[in-house]
Amino acid sequence: MESFDIIFKCALVVVIFLISLVVAMYSTYAERKIAAFFQDRIGPNRAGPWGILQPLCDGAKMFLKEEIIPTNASSFLFIAGPSLAILTACLGSAVIPWGQSIVIGGHIVDLQVTDINVGILYIFGVVSLGVYGVMIGGWASNNKYSLLGAIRAASQNISYEISMGLSIIALLMLTGTLSLKEIVAQQHGWHWNVLTQPLGFLLFIVCAFAETNRTPFDLPECETELVGGYHTEYSSMKLGFYLFAEYINMFISSAVMVTLYWGGYNYPGMDWVLAHTGPTLGPLIGVAVMFAKIFLFIFFFMWVRWTIPRFRYDQLMDLGWKVLIPLAIANIVLTAVFSSYIAPLIVSLFK
Amino acid sequence: MNTFYFIAFLSIFFSILVISAKNPVHSILYLVLTFFTFTVQYILLNAQFLAVVNFIVYMGAILVLFLYTLMLINLNKDSEPVKSNIVKIAGVLGGGCLLVVLVGCLKQVGVAEPVLLKDPGLGLVQNLGKVLFNQFLLPFEVSSLLLLSAMVGAVLLATKETKSV
Amino acid sequence: MESLSNKRKLIESKPLNFWERAYLPAIASGLATTMKHFFRKPVTISYPEEKREFSENFRGLHSLKRDENGKERCTACGLCALSCPAEAITMIAAERQKGEEHLYREEKYAAVYEINMLRCIFCGLCEEACPKEAIYLDGDIVPADYLRKDFIYGKDKLVEAPLNQ
Repeated sequence: MESFDIIFKCALVVVIFLISLVVAMYSTYAERKIAAFFQDRIGPNRAGPWGILQPLCDGAKMFLKEEIIPTNASSFLFIAGPSLAILTACLGSAVIPWGQSIVIGGHIVDLQVTDINVGILYIFGVVSLGVYGVMIGGWASNNKYSLLGAIRAASQNISYEISMGLSIIALLMLTGTLSLKEIVAQQHGWHWNVLTQPLGFLLFIVCAFAETNRTPFDLPECETELVGGYHTEYSSMKLGFYLFAEYINMFISSAVMVTLYWGGYNYPGMDWVLAHTGPTLGPLIGVAVMFAKIFLFIFFFMWVRWTIPRFRYDQLMDLGWKVLIPLAIANIVLTAVFSSYIAPLIVSLFK
Repeated sequence: MNTFYFIAFLSIFFSILVISAKNPVHSILYLVLTFFTFTVQYILLNAQFLAVVNFIVYMGAILVLFLYTLMLINLNKDSEPVKSNIVKIAGVLGGGCLLVVLVGCLKQVGVAEPVLLKDPGLGLVQNLGKVLFNQFLLPFEVSSLLLLSAMVGAVLLATKETKSV
Repeated sequence: MESLSNKRKLIESKPLNFWERAYLPAIASGLATTMKHFFRKPVTISYPEEKREFSENFRGLHSLKRDENGKERCTACGLCALSCPAEAITMIAAERQKGEEHLYREEKYAAVYEINMLRCIFCGLCEEACPKEAIYLDGDIVPADYLRKDFIYGKDKLVEAPLNQ
């Protein structure tokens, strides 16, 4: 690799890291503001114009709060929990293609940190590790509510990972590759995967809600039953890390959904735009389109949060095991039948 | 090669911690780290698919379940059952037998030709899939039967009590 | 039994049909409902800057009135303190001296008049008890403060501003 490439990749890592942190920060603001709008209120509006500095104030507050480690908690694991949560949340962004290849100063570079052969599986692995942060933190707190929250998180994540994986398999049968870069490249223009895999997308988004512990699947931290769930005992920035990790997870899973199903940086008429704006500006427009889609998904996450009430635990398990998994398997069978028998038939008819 | 030895050392170090840790939850967490070093080994061998599957299945699912059960049954020093001497002797004998078998096997092993250098893409998904579904189709499907029978067995065990009522 | 008010509604619970069991239409209509609220005008009143209009018989902060010549009406009879169910009012009476006729209407006046706003329940009984129409609860909401002693309002805060200013 050239030295330019190495420098560019390092810069890209830093930029993506910063972007995910800023997005997570402003997601907290957006959440409060959007919640307010859904409830006919105004929302935070005191810090700066329209309350735009609210996340900074929240961050400063988090840092200045008293650090409490319960006497009977195992202190190493108590600190390791939130650290692991935020680490695994940040890892996922490494394989997401944010844009097309871009020309900067005569060099052609990818707007992706690394294109590994098993991109989707990497994201799965990182997501499945995310539950350790919650489990370790919940267990180390030495509090029954935290433990219950941790246990719920574990069982929920394992249950929904299965149907998430199964819903992806149907998609992979059509794309024939695990590399996210190639999957996005196949969705050129308007050939988005959601058009061929609507059921798969529906299953995936439900599972994404469950994996990020968002309402209606926020049982690990539900206030009405478990005080604060796994972060009952946490204070100060350790609590901040847990909350932050949730928003970063939301950002990453929105990015994954956009990449897999909604065409990533592709948009109808992109070739025309690319030909008219040149090889540097054109891909940047693609990046903007990608981020617009991501923000729409984040908005959708919040929209659902203020619409649908929380599931009961047995309803959660019923939905995961008795509804989503059979549907995902049916989706696989349908996709297989369609792509190997019906699609060739239609093609031959038109010939 | 140095990376290999470093990671191998870490694997052994963490596995020793797994069996020597006093707290069962800690030993599960060390086991997670051990499996993570295995993942790194797979990546060093350029077996990306195997690495990620090891990552997802072992670290992400099986060990989470281990942790889940351990958190539920709340093992600690007070509730640890006292083991009789016979059990201890049996344990030592069993472990000794395993050691003898391992040493015997390792003595037979010769240094194979390094396969990887011939085909660096051996561990990638596409090649692995082709090998699995052509050359090794029968063993692959038989192993899935094994898993199915295990699942049926688990369901039977779980529903046994409700039938008798 | 026949319902007298005829308001009772019989609710029939039918088994859900397929679309109702699929949840998705219900979720979609729920999302539509919340979206309608998203574009609705907020009902919030940003309190210190904007104030909601009080009703005509709202009872807020007390004020001690002056008569048309700007003299204090209160004669320190103590009926308000007597009628107060929360015992929030105390006063010390004094005799009017020569040359103070332009300040106090009656020969006796309240040298000290204190209301403890933490005790007051804003029932308005003092207003009703007053024979001189000297006290009215026609003010604003009592503002927040940090210390308990600051909630004991003396004459400096209670008496109306003089007329000629």
